[in-house]
Amino acid sequence: MSGVEMGSSGTAPDGQGAKPDAPNPAPPEAKSAKENNGTQLVREIMSGNAMISVLAVVVALAIGGILIAFTDARVTAAMGYFFSDPGATFRAMWAAVSEAYGALWRGATYDPNSRTWQGRLGIFETLTFATPLILSGLAVTLAFRVGLFNIGAKGQIIIGATFAGVVGFMIELPPGIHLIAVVVAGAIGGALWGGIAGFLKAKTGAHEVIVTIMLNYIAVSLVLYLLKNPLRDPSSSNPISPAMHETAMFPLLLGPNYRLHAGLIVAVLAVIGVSWLLNRSTLGFEYRAIGANPRAARTAGMLVSRGYITVMLISGALAGLAGVTQLAGTEKTLDADIAGSIGFDAITVALLGRSKPWGTFFAALLFGAFKAGGTSMAINADVSIDIVAVVQSLIVLFIAAPPLIRSMFRIKAVRHEGVTA
Amino acid sequence: MKSLFLNTVKRGAVVGTVAVSAVALMLTGCGEAPPAPGAGGTENAAAANFLGCIVSDSGGFDDQSFNQSSYEGLQKAKADLGIKVKEAQSASTADFAPNLSQMASAGCNLTVTVGFLLAKATEEAAKANPDLHYAIIDDNTIKADNVKPVVYDTAQAAFMAGYAAAAVSKTGKVGTFGGINIPTVTIFMDGFAAGVKYFNEKQGKDVKLLGWDAATQQGSFANTFEIIQEGTKITNNLISEGADVVMPVAGPLGKGAGDAILAANSGGKDVKLVWVDSDGFLTAPTYKSILLTSVIKTMGAAVESVIKDDLNDKFDPTPYVGTLENEGVSLAPFHDLDSAVSADTKSQLEEIKKGIIDGSIKVGSKASEGLLAATP
Repeated sequence: MSGVEMGSSGTAPDGQGAKPDAPNPAPPEAKSAKENNGTQLVREIMSGNAMISVLAVVVALAIGGILIAFTDARVTAAMGYFFSDPGATFRAMWAAVSEAYGALWRGATYDPNSRTWQGRLGIFETLTFATPLILSGLAVTLAFRVGLFNIGAKGQIIIGATFAGVVGFMIELPPGIHLIAVVVAGAIGGALWGGIAGFLKAKTGAHEVIVTIMLNYIAVSLVLYLLKNPLRDPSSSNPISPAMHETAMFPLLLGPNYRLHAGLIVAVLAVIGVSWLLNRSTLGFEYRAIGANPRAARTAGMLVSRGYITVMLISGALAGLAGVTQLAGTEKTLDADIAGSIGFDAITVALLGRSKPWGTFFAALLFGAFKAGGTSMAINADVSIDIVAVVQSLIVLFIAAPPLIRSMFRIKAVRHEGVTA
Repeated sequence: MKSLFLNTVKRGAVVGTVAVSAVALMLTGCGEAPPAPGAGGTENAAAANFLGCIVSDSGGFDDQSFNQSSYEGLQKAKADLGIKVKEAQSASTADFAPNLSQMASAGCNLTVTVGFLLAKATEEAAKANPDLHYAIIDDNTIKADNVKPVVYDTAQAAFMAGYAAAAVSKTGKVGTFGGINIPTVTIFMDGFAAGVKYFNEKQGKDVKLLGWDAATQQGSFANTFEIIQEGTKITNNLISEGADVVMPVAGPLGKGAGDAILAANSGGKDVKLVWVDSDGFLTAPTYKSILLTSVIKTMGAAVESVIKDDLNDKFDPTPYVGTLENEGVSLAPFHDLDSAVSADTKSQLEEIKKGIIDGSIKVGSKASEGLLAATP
């Protein structure tokens, strides 16, 4: 527990000092050092508590509901005669919103009306979607704690999946060993890609946001090039790899009817691992110290540059594992779109999880539910899946703007954080 | 904490109600309330129980390209036949399987999947649901009793476009570029190249094609179907190299190409645009003034006919191949630029069309061989 206290309360005094007097997030002394500006912002976004996350989700869902209501054809029709029958408008609004969110909920949990078993138990789809989000969310979370914005989860997922794919479809190994080799290869691939950004940050001071974003583009082009040449499925003229060997795939946890696979176990182990790393290990202590104040950490004799490199290696490895769960869990073949929106959703997940490993886990579950339920909502309630994207973006907005939420709900900024990681 | 939360909810509710009433008042709803809804008449019980569904690839149903025209085909079937429909857009390849599984779970009788990227997901869904039917656009790799492939020999129509482009070119150079180097794109470029070559052979000219080499299957690609500005960039390059007819084969990047041409023409050039997939005169009217013609794939009609067959219990898994002969592909009219094309060229184009249909002219596209091949 003492380790946890160090992590959260260690960052609190600074924030407390700045906030009660003025809403200005940057205390004057932070302006003097360039390095401190970035970490100050990260700390600002990391601070706050679970309540803000919950409220951000609630408000985002409420605004999403308003959007659903006002874009519904029945509501628009009923509003045409609002003054002769105002009740009709509200009934139509209620119908639209309850249908949409009802379908979202059923799609993410349990739908008694579905024709197929897969469709009936959406909760397993939720867990399937959550798996790569947990891992990539952890990648972003871990880097956050050292004061680094890892925007490069996408590229690390792609390279991780590419490494895993090379082992998975080009090499034949006995069952068991093959899967382990795939997982290790994916972690190495992601670690290399993340490590580049960490190395450049440590040695040249190149800003990790810029470097990781650029590396995303490089990763997409690189995998596309590989898929057109050495990695292309020879039987296909399209840029898709051959299918992974069966021995390289994660076993399905609930039989062939559900997509849920053993990657979830890897993800849960990773949450436990990162939690331990941050709160119980010497390395984690250094990370949190660097995240709190890199200059103080340096003065205390810690190797800040080594911290940047190692954290980006581990962060990249976690994102690479997310790529492995995509490829060896659900997708089976590699294409340039393997990362989908996971790389960027990971940032939102980490924000929503307040950069705590278990917080990230639950945030990923929520986003998995949005994904599983969003499809059901789009198909069964005829509400665009973009609403889900809007809700997710609003969540980011409300979390990245905690002063806004605080003033909207009159939450006092001064609060001791006792939330466990 | 609890009271804070309740307080929050109350405040939220008030804010919501105020917002709702304000907007409603702004819209000044003064109309009459409709009479109580009666039972809607259904002409055909079988059609009313038929659920036709569509899953897009990452382009979405507003891509002014194959997703959109397939979607319009489904909507037309809904209007004409009275079937029920469901639709799902995929944001990435990871969405394909979940979307298809939701469609099966909703009980879709026929699910149309748009694009070769969905082939694997479609094949798996078809295997898991042998009682449901599937149709896949632009792919011919699935062999299953409940899957109908719908493919187009677009090179045939692009051949005519290439001939027409070479005939109207004043600089002796025409250009093309693609979104990504994949067969469904390069089949247009192959046909275009073959058309230019045929023009040179028949007329003894030497019109050059920029942006595509049919022999090596390499050329200019934006490597995206999303970033419209890339289309502008590549088109500017083609124009500065001397091309005065440009055919972009890159979905929404066609708009970028159109913008580049409009800008070049206002600077004194005389460059023309060849649209693809749909008749650009109708779908992209901004570029009417520079639009020479379009290479059309009539996907909507194919989708509607597959649905109609299925509704009448006549579903069969033999591939549908759109050709000039069955009007699955065609060359659009020249519309506003009709006067730019000589009467000679027009009659030669008619001859070419006949020649391609009766087989005396071979288009010979590598992409089309791969794409239309019966075995994967």
